Amino acid sequence: MPHQHIVKSYEAELSQLDAKIGHMGGLAEQILGEAFASLEQRNPQRAELAVASDHTIDQLQLELEEQVITMIARRQPMANDLRQVMAVLKVVGDLERIGDLAKNIGKRAQATASENHPRALVTGLRHMVDLALRQLKDVLDAFATRDAEKALDVWNNDERIDALYNSVFRELLTYMMEDPRNIGLCTHLLFIAKNVERIGDHTTNIAETVTYLAQGAFPHGERPKNDQTSTTMVTQPGIPEAG
Amino acid sequence: MLNAEVSMDMSLIPEMKMLNGQSGTPAIKVEARGVDVYYGEKHALKNVSVDIPERSVMSFIGPSGCGKSTFLRCINRMNDTVSSCRVTGRITIDGADIYDPDVDPVELRSRVGMVFQKPNPFPKSIYENVAYGPRIHAKAANKTELDEIVERSLKRASLWPEVKDRLSDSGTSLSGGQQQRLCIARAIAVDPNIILMDEPCSSLDPIATARIEELMEELRDSYTIVIVTHSMQQAARVSQRTAFFHMGSLVEQGETKKIFTNPVDQRTQDYITGRFG
Repeated sequence: MPHQHIVKSYEAELSQLDAKIGHMGGLAEQILGEAFASLEQRNPQRAELAVASDHTIDQLQLELEEQVITMIARRQPMANDLRQVMAVLKVVGDLERIGDLAKNIGKRAQATASENHPRALVTGLRHMVDLALRQLKDVLDAFATRDAEKALDVWNNDERIDALYNSVFRELLTYMMEDPRNIGLCTHLLFIAKNVERIGDHTTNIAETVTYLAQGAFPHGERPKNDQTSTTMVTQPGIPEAG
Repeated sequence: MLNAEVSMDMSLIPEMKMLNGQSGTPAIKVEARGVDVYYGEKHALKNVSVDIPERSVMSFIGPSGCGKSTFLRCINRMNDTVSSCRVTGRITIDGADIYDPDVDPVELRSRVGMVFQKPNPFPKSIYENVAYGPRIHAKAANKTELDEIVERSLKRASLWPEVKDRLSDSGTSLSGGQQQRLCIARAIAVDPNIILMDEPCSSLDPIATARIEELMEELRDSYTIVIVTHSMQQAARVSQRTAFFHMGSLVEQGETKKIFTNPVDQRTQDYITGRFG
């Protein structure tokens, strides 16, 4: 472990940055968990907390950004301290986006609470959310402990969320084709799936930042990706393909 | 040739200016191998090896008493003037051993100029401060040539516009920052190729400091500059390479960008971030 700073207030400011990131990350996890539970249970009240907490995340983002700017001006951080303040600046941006995407899931949970959700679809989404939550928890732990290896695992694991997203995407398209009355609900579920997939991407951004924070270099090479939905078409059974 | 054991990865210095426009490894101006310095019984510098690339700024940092100034003073044999001082190892400039018995230290010091912590102009006129060196080294054939050298040196030191109308005033009548630039002009006047600076800005205000730093940036097109500084920010701002000294040893050297964002040695990290070592 590195030694303590001679200037104690500087040491305290650096610890505070980490503590606030932990707080922000915890809130992001909570919002995602609550928002999805609200969808699963068709309980619009549960999403209210999620929608309201996003404001706290935005507030923390502003606080942390201001604190980093002040520290750069007053302390001129060097070496690992410099990497820490820059990492914080990047991570708050990703956590704020994660909070927003999770809040959006909460809003859609409220909008669709009165609809009848096909169990199979929600189960597919639940797997995605569980994986995204585990990834988010792991990357926040990696940040707190400067664990580049753990961050790299997160970075590599995102393709599993992508794979789940592909199958949920196909399933939703099929439902919509089967019965146009499903389109309203399925469109919301499609956006929810997309939001979870994006949360996974922001989580891998944080993993990259943690690698830089711990080792002074970003991960090498192309991140494994498996999102095929941009090129996916599902044809309706019984209708011949055009062309 | 570089000793493989202590050679550095020069490919890490993209912004370094290349000799004669050649690409690849920049030319090494000063090469030190296994340098030890003793003051009587005290072992002040231990087995220091370093390459200083030409036409660039290299900074030496480290806590007080770490040996950085001692090493700087080896490069122009200033330590010769300390009777108890003994230097072993090898230091070459352009491949020639500067501790060779045939080398005249006075001539060496005309090639390796030095600027000190406190500005120390001679108690003479501004003109004489600059003209003194070229005159004793017979660099000018006549008064016109000497005038030219004085003007050129003061211009290179960015002092000319401020003193051109008062060249006969005493050098000591100038402000601290102007005096320091006068000392740089004095060093430049004898046409050196290396300029050593020992905490050149430690007695200057931020504006005067910025002028010196701007000057260093201009001068590195033509000179090899080595600066000892206690200001980490200054080292980060002005130098392309940085060496960290600690308790008489050279702990770590490398590209400045790397040293200040991701140093390898824990001692370097503790020092530059202001932690207990």
